[in-house]
Amino acid sequence: MSTHDTHHADTGVNYLNASKGIGNWLLTLDHKRIGLMYLWSVMFFLLVGGTFALLIRLQLAFPGHGFLPQTAEGKNMYNEFFTLHGVIMVFLVIIPGIPAALGNFFLPLQLGAKDVAFPKLNLASFYLYWIGAIMAIVAILGGNLGWWGRLDTGWTFYTSYSLTTSGPVILAVSAAFILGFSSIFTGLNFVATIHKMRCPGMGWYRMPLFLWAVYATAIIQVLATPVLGITLLLLIMERCDIIHIFNPAKGGDPILFQHFFWFYSHPAVYIMILPGMGVISEIISAQSKKVIFGYKAIANSSIAIAVISFVVWGHHMFMSGQTTYAGAVFSFLTFAVAIPTAIKVCNWVATLYQGSISLDTPMLYALSFLFLFTIGGLTGIPLATLSTDIVFHDTYYVVAHFHYVMFGGTIIAFFAGLHYWWPKMFGRMYNEFIAKCCCLTIFVGFNLCFFTQFFLGFAGFPRRYYSYGVDHELGDVWRTMSGFSSIGAMILGFGVLVSFVNLIVAVYTGKKASDNPWGGTTLEWTAATPPPTLNFDHDVSIDRDPYIYGKNTGHH
Amino acid sequence: MATEKQITKIGNDFFKTRFVAHHFATADQEFDACKFGMWMFLLTEIMLFGGLFVAWVVYRLWYPETFKHCATIMDWKLGLVNTCILIVSSLTMSLAIRAVKMSDKKTAVKMLLATVLCGAGFLIVKYFEYAHKFHLGIFPGENFSFDGAHYSNAHIFFSLYFVMTATHVLHVIIGMTAILWCSYRASRGHFYKDYYTPVELTGMYWHLVELIWIFLFPMFYLIK
Repeated sequence: MSTHDTHHADTGVNYLNASKGIGNWLLTLDHKRIGLMYLWSVMFFLLVGGTFALLIRLQLAFPGHGFLPQTAEGKNMYNEFFTLHGVIMVFLVIIPGIPAALGNFFLPLQLGAKDVAFPKLNLASFYLYWIGAIMAIVAILGGNLGWWGRLDTGWTFYTSYSLTTSGPVILAVSAAFILGFSSIFTGLNFVATIHKMRCPGMGWYRMPLFLWAVYATAIIQVLATPVLGITLLLLIMERCDIIHIFNPAKGGDPILFQHFFWFYSHPAVYIMILPGMGVISEIISAQSKKVIFGYKAIANSSIAIAVISFVVWGHHMFMSGQTTYAGAVFSFLTFAVAIPTAIKVCNWVATLYQGSISLDTPMLYALSFLFLFTIGGLTGIPLATLSTDIVFHDTYYVVAHFHYVMFGGTIIAFFAGLHYWWPKMFGRMYNEFIAKCCCLTIFVGFNLCFFTQFFLGFAGFPRRYYSYGVDHELGDVWRTMSGFSSIGAMILGFGVLVSFVNLIVAVYTGKKASDNPWGGTTLEWTAATPPPTLNFDHDVSIDRDPYIYGKNTGHH
Repeated sequence: MATEKQITKIGNDFFKTRFVAHHFATADQEFDACKFGMWMFLLTEIMLFGGLFVAWVVYRLWYPETFKHCATIMDWKLGLVNTCILIVSSLTMSLAIRAVKMSDKKTAVKMLLATVLCGAGFLIVKYFEYAHKFHLGIFPGENFSFDGAHYSNAHIFFSLYFVMTATHVLHVIIGMTAILWCSYRASRGHFYKDYYTPVELTGMYWHLVELIWIFLFPMFYLIK
C-alpha cells in the first residue's frame, strides 16, 4: 500500500480554481474539466428529455384526446414529443452519461494516470457532442417553427418511412452521425488509456471494476458505432435519391436497414448499462466495507456481455420479417446474455451478505438499482422468447421493460455515481437527508410510473398511440393504470429535480468533504479533494488489489 | 541556451527536439499509446467499410445475374492500374517511415511526396472511370439509365459501386492531405529517430486505405 496514507499539502489549488475564465474551461485539456462540462450537459439534457416524457404522460393521463388538439397537427406534435424524448435521452443522456461524464473524470484517477491518452481528442469529442446536440435540436425546433416538417420517425429512423416523411431526416441523421463520432472518439481514448496508462503495478486484474465496465463499453463504442455511421450515411444518400439500397420499391431491402441499425443499437443498450454496472460494483463494495465478491467473475462478465451483445441484435426484429430460424437463434443468444448479467447481480448480493452496510445515499441508489434492474432484466426474458414476444410486441410492456433497464438501471446508477463521487469532484458534501428523501421519492415515483405499464402492456395498450378510448372490456385497466402511471411520472420528475438542486446547492454551500468520505480503497480516493490538475502530487504506483476491506488489510 | 536545447543535430541535419507530452511518463509510452489508438481507429474504419461489404454480399446473393452482368461493363484494366499504383504507394510510404527512423530527412520527404503523387495518379484514373460512367448515364438517381433493361436492379450494383469507391476516394484524399502535412513537417526537421509518430500513424492509415482497395477491386471488377 504505497499510496494510501499520503497526506496532501493543502495548497488550496485544485483543478477547479487552477485557472480562471470561461476560455480556460472551454479550451481545457484536463479530463476532469471536460468530464464536468459533459456532466452539466448531460444533467441539462436529462431535464429537457424528462420534460418531454412528462408531456407524453400528461397527454396519456386521461382517456380521450388529452391536452393536444385532436387534429393531424396534434398527433404530429405527440410524435414529435416522443421522438424528442427518445433522441435526447438515448443519444445525449444515457450513452454519454456515465462514461463521458463520470468516466472521463474518474478513469485516469482510478488508473493513477495524469490524464487520458489523447486529451485533445477528448475535448474534440465533447464539441462533437454539442454540435450533434445542437443539430438535433435545430432539426426538431425547425419543425415547430414551420421551417420543415416535424421529425416524426422516432429515434430508429426506419426505412421506408424515413425516406418519405417531410421531416428533417437528413439533419437529424447527420446529428446522430456526429454524436456517433463523439462516442467513438471517447471510446477509443478510453481503450488506449486503459491499455497504455495504468500506473506501475496495476495489472489488469488490479483495476477497479468501474474501469472494466468502462473498458467493455468503450470496446462496443469503437466496434459498433461505425456501422451505425455508415448506415446513416447510406440513409442520407438514399433520401437524396443518389442511391437506392433500402427502398423496397426500387429492389432494395428495408430489413437490411433494420439489421444494420440494430447491429449498432443493440450493443448500444450495453453501452448504456455496462458503465452503470461498474458504478454499482464500486459502491456496493465500498459501502458494505467488504471486498467485492467474485472480482474476476464481475470483470470477465463485463467482457462477456460486450462480446455477446454483438450477436443478439435480431431480437428487435422478431416481428419484422426475418426468418423463424434466425429468430430462434437470436432468441437463444439473447437468453445467453442473461448469464453474465446474472453473474453480476449474484455477486453484488453476495458482497452485501455479512457486509457492514452503511445506508448512505449512494448505497440507497445502489440498492434501488438491484431491485429495479433485476425486474427489468427478468421482464426482458418474455420479450426474448419468440412466442410471448409476438403478444407483447409494440405494447406498453416493452416500454415498461425498457425503462426498468434504462432508468431503473442506468439512470439510477448514474445518480448513485453522482452521489458517490460528488464530494470528490467538488470537495463539498450535499445535504444527506434531502438526498435520501429524493432517492425514496424517485424509487416510489419510478415504480408507480412504470410498474403500472406492465399491466397496461398485458391489457394490450399499444405503444406510440397519442389517445385512447375506454369503452371496451379492458377500458378500466387502461384508464386506471394510465392515470397511476402519469401520477408516478410527476413524482419521479419532482424527485429528480430536487436531487439535482440539492447537488448543485452543495457545490456552493455544502460543508467541506474529506478526502475519502466513504472509506473507499480505489485510487481516486487517495487524491486530494478536489484533485489538483495533474491528479496526484506524487508518482502513483500500486502493489495491492483494488478492494481491501476487512481483517486482512489492517484498514478499517 | 534555450534554443540550443530544442535542436538535435544528427549527422549534418538539424532536428526539432521533441519533448514527451506532460501526461505520459516516457516517450515509449507516448509512442505505444498513439500507435495503439491508431489501431483502434483502423478497427473503426474496418467496421465502417464492413457494413458496406455486408450490403454488397446481401445484394449479390439477391441479384446474382444482375451483378455478373454489371461487372462486365467495368474496365478491369483501369482497376488493375489503380491497384498497382496503390501497391507502389504503400512501398514508398514504408520507405518514408524507414527514412525517418534513420533520421534521413531528404529521403523521407522524397518518399512522402512520391506517395502523394501515387495517390494523385489513383484519383486521376478514378476521375476518368467516373466520367465515363456519368457519360453512360449509369449514376444512380433519377436519371439512371442502363442498357441491360431486363436487369432491373442494376442501380443497386452501381449504388454500391459509387458509395464504396467514393468513400474510398474520400479516404485517399484524407490520406494524401495527412501525408502532405507529414512531408511539410519532415522538411522542417520535425521527425528523426526519436520521434516520428505522425509518419508512422499516417503510414498505418495509408496501408489500410490500400488494403480496402485490394478488396474493392475484385468485388466490382473481377468477379463475373
